Amino acid sequence: MPEIRVTPLGAGQDVGRSCILVSIAGKNVMLDCGMHMGFSDDRRFPDFSYITQSGRLTDFLDCVIISHFHLDHCGALPYFSEMVGYDGPIYMTHPTQAICPILLEDYRKIAVDKKGEANFFTSQMIKDCMKKVVAVHLHQTVQVDDELEIKAYYAGHVLGAAMFQIKVGSESVVYTGDYNMTPDRHLGAAWIDKCRPNLLITESTYATTIRDSKRCRERDFLKKVHETVERGGKVLIPVFALGRAQELCILLETFWERMNLKVPIYFSTGLTEKANHYYKLFITWTNQKIRKTFVQRNMFEFKHIKAFDRAFADNPGPMVVFATPGMLHAGQSLQIFRKWAGNEKNMVIMPGYCVQGTVGHKILSGQRKLEMEGRQVLEVKMQVEYMSFSAHADAKGIMQLVGQAEPESVLLVHGEAKKMEFLKQKIEQEFRVNCYMPANGETVVLPTSPSIPGGISLGLLKREMAQGLLPEAKRPRLLHGTLIMKDSNFRLVSSEQALKELGLAEHQLRFTCRVHLHDTRKEQETAMRVYSHLKSVLKDHCVQHLPDGSVTVESILIQAAAPSEDPATKVLLVSWTYQDEELGSYLTSLLKKGLPQAPS
Amino acid sequence: MKLYCLSGHPTLPCNVLKFKSTTIMLDCGLDMTSTLNFLPLPLVQSPRLSSLPGWSLKDGNAFLDKELKECSGHVFVDSVPEFCLPETELIDLSTVDVILISNYHCMMALPYITEHTGFTGTVYATEPTVQIGRLLMEELVNFIERVPKAQSASLWKNKDVQRLLPSPLKDAVEVSTWRRCYTMQEVNSALSKIQLVGYSQKIELFGAVQVTPLSSGYALGSSNWIIQSHYEKVSYVSGSSLLTTHPQPMDQASLKNSDVLVLTGLTQIPTANPDGMVGEFCSNLALTVRNGGNVLVPCYPSGVIYDLLECLYQYIDSAGLSSVPLYFISPVANSSLEFSQIFAEWLCHNKQSKVYLPEPPFPHAELIQTNKLKHYPSIHGDFSNDFRQPCVVFTGHPSLRFGDVVHFMELWGKSSLNTVIFTEPDFSYLEALAPYQPLAMKCIYCPIDTRLNFIQVSKLLKEVQPLHVVCPEQYTQPPPAQPHRTDLAIDCQPPATSYRRAEVLTLPFKRRYEKIEIMPELADSLVPMEIKPGISLATVSAVLHTKDNKHVLQPPPRPAQPTSGKKRKRVSDDIPDCKVLKPLLSGSIPVEQFVQTLEKHGFSDIKVEDTAKGHIVLLQEAETLIQIEEDSTHIICDNDEMLRVRLRDLVLKFLQKF
Repeated sequence: MPEIRVTPLGAGQDVGRSCILVSIAGKNVMLDCGMHMGFSDDRRFPDFSYITQSGRLTDFLDCVIISHFHLDHCGALPYFSEMVGYDGPIYMTHPTQAICPILLEDYRKIAVDKKGEANFFTSQMIKDCMKKVVAVHLHQTVQVDDELEIKAYYAGHVLGAAMFQIKVGSESVVYTGDYNMTPDRHLGAAWIDKCRPNLLITESTYATTIRDSKRCRERDFLKKVHETVERGGKVLIPVFALGRAQELCILLETFWERMNLKVPIYFSTGLTEKANHYYKLFITWTNQKIRKTFVQRNMFEFKHIKAFDRAFADNPGPMVVFATPGMLHAGQSLQIFRKWAGNEKNMVIMPGYCVQGTVGHKILSGQRKLEMEGRQVLEVKMQVEYMSFSAHADAKGIMQLVGQAEPESVLLVHGEAKKMEFLKQKIEQEFRVNCYMPANGETVVLPTSPSIPGGISLGLLKREMAQGLLPEAKRPRLLHGTLIMKDSNFRLVSSEQALKELGLAEHQLRFTCRVHLHDTRKEQETAMRVYSHLKSVLKDHCVQHLPDGSVTVESILIQAAAPSEDPATKVLLVSWTYQDEELGSYLTSLLKKGLPQAPS
Repeated sequence: MKLYCLSGHPTLPCNVLKFKSTTIMLDCGLDMTSTLNFLPLPLVQSPRLSSLPGWSLKDGNAFLDKELKECSGHVFVDSVPEFCLPETELIDLSTVDVILISNYHCMMALPYITEHTGFTGTVYATEPTVQIGRLLMEELVNFIERVPKAQSASLWKNKDVQRLLPSPLKDAVEVSTWRRCYTMQEVNSALSKIQLVGYSQKIELFGAVQVTPLSSGYALGSSNWIIQSHYEKVSYVSGSSLLTTHPQPMDQASLKNSDVLVLTGLTQIPTANPDGMVGEFCSNLALTVRNGGNVLVPCYPSGVIYDLLECLYQYIDSAGLSSVPLYFISPVANSSLEFSQIFAEWLCHNKQSKVYLPEPPFPHAELIQTNKLKHYPSIHGDFSNDFRQPCVVFTGHPSLRFGDVVHFMELWGKSSLNTVIFTEPDFSYLEALAPYQPLAMKCIYCPIDTRLNFIQVSKLLKEVQPLHVVCPEQYTQPPPAQPHRTDLAIDCQPPATSYRRAEVLTLPFKRRYEKIEIMPELADSLVPMEIKPGISLATVSAVLHTKDNKHVLQPPPRPAQPTSGKKRKRVSDDIPDCKVLKPLLSGSIPVEQFVQTLEKHGFSDIKVEDTAKGHIVLLQEAETLIQIEEDSTHIICDNDEMLRVRLRDLVLKFLQKF
């Protein structure tokens, strides 16, 4: 029995370290290759030894697909390809290919240079890894090999984020990566056609949340920022350099312009300008509005937002600072946080999801005394605000996508077990499909029953279609033919054609039955009586009385003869071929019962 | 399968393909060479043009002098310029299901088709094609609309009048169908019918046909198209290039195994080498500027201009020309330069990798930044303040009949210091210049046409080996001007089928098979038997379901349970459905073995007689006779159904069923 097997190595009932193995029709595909922000030991990378105990990964995996550039989806890639060893193709979109190595290098620097980790991947490894990348366009059907094809759809999570369809023959799986079903200030909404995959693997970060309207959240955000700077406080917004940052920058930029505010807005690290440049060059991946107006005004050229210098953090007076990284787990955002945490006038706004173990997660869960390295305890007096700006689909969005794609079953990843449970029930109720939520290392097996593709000869098809046009009978009509199987090529042809193609002659099997009738009349009259009898019984059949005195029913021939010995007996010779077996047999038994008394 | 040929212009094609149940228009080219018959539209009142004498017949009859003007021995129509549309009468265009666009030059007739023929289908094109196509249309509309002309000449089009005119007017074809330019509103409406596609995207049309655009290497987003069903494949090649300029390289491999390859859009200047022409362009430009003259480059706002700017970027410093201003004047100049930088995914590898740095893929960004290249929407406004001479001006339209180029021709034409360099291959430069004669300015012809030449085509056809090639008639014979150059024609086996405007071709291929899906339950129930090594057969009785042009074979329904005797049985219930066919039989019956089998089954008193063609087996007791021949068996018996069925089954044991 063919089957689809799915095993999450990461992101199974968890957020972070996305890495999902899929086996479909004999092909093995790895979806994403992420790292976990919450760990700095072995657990930060997926356990690749699970994939194959013996042999090389390259031999086992047909391809690797990366959905977008966030590190929890691509952070383990150089480790996987260069240190564990994988030389096969890695597919991602153009923007992902452009931005991914920069974030990887950033991550490497923090890990090695700042934390002094040994045995980490090197810059050269990132370069070598990226050489294995094949860039894909949206909607392009990429033929990985003769059987395996993949296709990217717009996901709207970050610049270049994509959902992927993996297809072999008539079996397919769709992996959403992270996606967003509502267009925001810089990206469009995720979209997929009614591709009816066997399985939809969807993220479920916000499995239980239904977010209020975007406008309200934006107004809220602006109000909080505005109030804080009005009373002289400083606002820290930890973000990732690409993605949410651009959206919030556009938001603040237009607000500052409208309100004519003079309070400085800064953006940390040199990556910003570069990041904005990527947005300008890949503007075709942003939303309709930005794309339409970019010639007149490029939304990613900010007037009010300036580069941040470390010394500015100690400047008196209000300011707004965007600093990386987004979960306050390291780097500049954490440094600034430590400086400003003690003042209740200040505010930190967390605009996205924080994984467990990060400072961001701790303060969001209400912790106000943080233990920092060196047993220092940091007291958090500043206001902590959480605003869900991260571009994940909420429960409504997930349901919407399931409705769009119409999968046969759904599998949840990239979420918390409890929330998944709720969504699983909802999906099973609403769509009447099975929904799975495997933990890491747990395998889901889905039996499939793919139909077998073949060809039908046009002659046979046309004959059938022509007859099919007749008013529909109670019973569906049966099509008869011969399936010729050569190699893996299947052709259905009419039986006559099959014989001809194989150079075989038809063998005709014919029956002639003698039916004795008591009838004193002449043969011709007997034939006439047979004709009228059959005509009255067989209304749907073609019954004919031929000039030579014989009677035909379809292609069955009935002749009347008089045996010389007995003038009162007539013999009916009923003759038919094997193809008319049923009708022939029926006729003989019918005639055997005799003819109705003719009106004299 | 039929091909309706609506355009006679080989590089601006418009064909309609009827394939299976779909009607597909391939490109929508607009022949603009018709405008060469018209007087230029000057932006600024031109005393020279307005004082041209009216044309009169040899006998002095001057009834056409309002419509026709004479300039240096040539006659021009003094009217709003008009374009030659594709045929609209050959086929009912409202039946067209989809239009496939291959590049932005081949969509210029789109508004005429989508807005005025009852077309209700979808247009497919890549994003760069649509964006740049929009710019070309916008520019065209702008050029024509900003110089309103009261006069629309029609008298000369009268067939009896046209006969009397000098050529080329006399020979102009289909003048009655020539139309004025569309409006921006029509452009917007036409473009709103376009659906964007990416290279190698498989697009299903009604489940019957799949179409796929492939990179053609000629322009940003330019594509060839594959139109295929499961068993048939038509390739449509239009405007392709194997040269490495800025677009993504041509995808040749996917064109393989085509039944029919429709070949259009080859180079219009097969004797010129584009690289050599670029060199000549640069040296002539340098020479003119050094002598204090100005250079005018009539051009389209997108395409080759990007390559020329890139060449100049590398050339001007080494040639000591870095202080010479480059002006690009077009209502869409800014948009074109901006758009060129955002289509990284559609560019050649070299340019693509620049974006990863991130740097703009084209160096004209730097030319703009350093103020070496300046762009203006028109000669009015800022340009007149910034204008410095000597300079280089890139501007349209290449036909020299409208656009800012008309102004520069009038301004610079009188001085031999200046040079006009023709790089666009779409218009004959001599005809383009005719209404400006006499002209003192130098004219250099450096046509840059990167599309396939005949050597490349021959190589390509050998490589991809289509069964049949279909192409415009111009490609099957040497150019009329060079009849001895037999190398300037397509050479392939079997010879290409040629078409001309308004012709309908029946394409030479027969469809034999259609795709079908066999449900797994049915497949499981089949019993294959091996007939020959590697070939197995199985007889199939199944229910055929057809929906959305997809055919699925499902297992036959289980025989219904006999309904318990409540209902009265009618005679007709017993009558078998004669449409339930028995399989065909094949093989032959070995008499000796057959007789042995009969004996084994309890028949005795068997007698075998030889006949001319075979044998007769007699079962004397049962008064039954079995004639056995090579290809037939005939059982003749009394009406004893039991016996007959027994004998039948014994015979069937020796035969194969189909």
